[in-house]
Amino acid sequence: MLIVRLLFKNAFRHKFRAFLTILSITIAILAFVMLRTVIGAWYAGVDASSASRLVSRNAVSIIFPLPLSYKDRIRQVEGVRLVSYGNWFGGIYIDEKNFFANFAVEPGSYLELYPEYVLSPREREAFLKDRKAFAAGRKLAAKYGWKIGDMVTLRGTIYPGNWDFVLRAIYRGKTDSVDETQFFFHWDYLNETMKKTAPSRADEVGFYMIGVDHPDLSSAVTTAIDRTFKNSWAETLTETEKAFQQGFIAMSGAIITAIEIVSFVVIFIMLAVVANTMAMTTRERIGEYAILKTLGFGGWAIGGLIAGESVIISLCGCITGIALAFPAAAGFKKALGMYFPIFSVETPSLVMALIASLAVGILAAIVPIRRAIAIRIADGLRRIG
Amino acid sequence: MEEKPIIVHAEHVKKSYHRGQHIIPVLEDITLCIREGQFLALMGPSGSGKSTLLNLIAGIDRVDSGAIRVGGIDITVLSETELAVWRATHVGFIFQFYNLIPVLTAYENIELPLHLMRLTAKERRLHVETALQVVNLSDRMDHYPAQLSGGEQQRVAIARALITDPAILVADEPTGDLDRQSAEDVLNLMARLNEESGKTIIMVTHDPRAAQRAQTLRHLEKGVLTDADCQAPF
Repeated sequence: MLIVRLLFKNAFRHKFRAFLTILSITIAILAFVMLRTVIGAWYAGVDASSASRLVSRNAVSIIFPLPLSYKDRIRQVEGVRLVSYGNWFGGIYIDEKNFFANFAVEPGSYLELYPEYVLSPREREAFLKDRKAFAAGRKLAAKYGWKIGDMVTLRGTIYPGNWDFVLRAIYRGKTDSVDETQFFFHWDYLNETMKKTAPSRADEVGFYMIGVDHPDLSSAVTTAIDRTFKNSWAETLTETEKAFQQGFIAMSGAIITAIEIVSFVVIFIMLAVVANTMAMTTRERIGEYAILKTLGFGGWAIGGLIAGESVIISLCGCITGIALAFPAAAGFKKALGMYFPIFSVETPSLVMALIASLAVGILAAIVPIRRAIAIRIADGLRRIG
Repeated sequence: MEEKPIIVHAEHVKKSYHRGQHIIPVLEDITLCIREGQFLALMGPSGSGKSTLLNLIAGIDRVDSGAIRVGGIDITVLSETELAVWRATHVGFIFQFYNLIPVLTAYENIELPLHLMRLTAKERRLHVETALQVVNLSDRMDHYPAQLSGGEQQRVAIARALITDPAILVADEPTGDLDRQSAEDVLNLMARLNEESGKTIIMVTHDPRAAQRAQTLRHLEKGVLTDADCQAPF
């Protein structure tokens, strides 16, 4: 117990220095956890995707459509349970800064395929019945204060004009990882309008969403669908929903890599701060280590004292940083929730922060330990007095 | 009266320090015997090598050549780890500047060396309380070094030196930083430990009054012992 008490007393002997070091580690850990959380938020869609759903799009690029007629042929592929389809609408609500995802989907099959979007039976029925109806996620509706029955107008960018919709359903996610900021409406409404205003763009689908009987069949179904449309004027590229989402993330891969690098750079800065503190501390205390050696404490004991002190300082900063990460993440989510609908501190990030702090504590002590062990007792004692 | 056995035997000990490319000889062919229960004072001018000799006998420095046997063990051939274990059990140290750990109380400073021994918490407490009684500081056990006078700090240091019941006590200018009265108290305490507990004490001092308290006096001049050296072989 005395040795543990000595460790803590040593760690906080210079209170101001210990405070500044712990503050630096706290900020570093907070930054590390927040950056890891941002990366996690980016991948939230991937994590939430189902293993038994596939997405089929134009093989050339997602911006090119597929014919509606593919629907029935896809349905005939063995292993396919359900087919839905949709288009990215890209509408703007009042101002461009009010960004949220909005899709035109075939509502019946879509809701069947995505049971994680939970609607009340009454609202579900109302949404399916009304061709101008839209469903919004709970967070999206709350943000703009929409209530059931409200009319909302989106200004089309890909599909020009003002588009009026009526809010008939507000969905909530079955789990925390489900995005509650989406807006989806009837594909028929879009298609019928297109038939009138731009007939050449009618009966075109941006992507098919395909439910398979069993996840194990995904690979075979993927191959079968793409084979079906091979050498047609619109070849398909079918992949699992996860791969599809990852494809989107890959578009911002450089940003994610940069964030990842910065998150580790932060740890190196933390290492430099703790190493500097420990170097100063050990230099000042070299006489005391000589006394301990004189009393019979060996290299391991001296090393343990220095490493223990370093780890205590690192862990104090780490725990404070982790504690602050939760309110910081909540604030971040509140401010940027529309861009990062799922923004929660994940356990792996906290474990990484803890491991990093432990490693920093130990690494920062290596040079001071070597110095303290190497010094001759007589030389160390000469520094006292 | 029968002579007591020799506990420290330094044989042809040489020691020098390196300053850059210069080699500075500190001890030249020192041979010294100290008997069990002896209170020996080493005197000499600054730079004569007194503290170096004390450090060599206490196993906190290494000889260039020669041998030092303490209680029959040649400590010059021990590894650093073996030497650390040996110091913990065989030698008690008293320094000029007390060398207490400032963040530990008097009680904790005295207890510290016991953590190298296999003792229970209760046994440690008993040892510390006894040591505090010996140095008459039971009422100051919760005080930190900064809250104690120089004399009290030196008594804590003596208690720490005694706590493992070592065979020899080495004291490097134990009264050098004390006022006259405190120095007297510390010397009385050391004399009592020598007389009543039979501790072998080797003390380096500049102070003739302190040296008078020892039974034997040895002088060092420029790294050479000017008095008679060891008479009795092992």
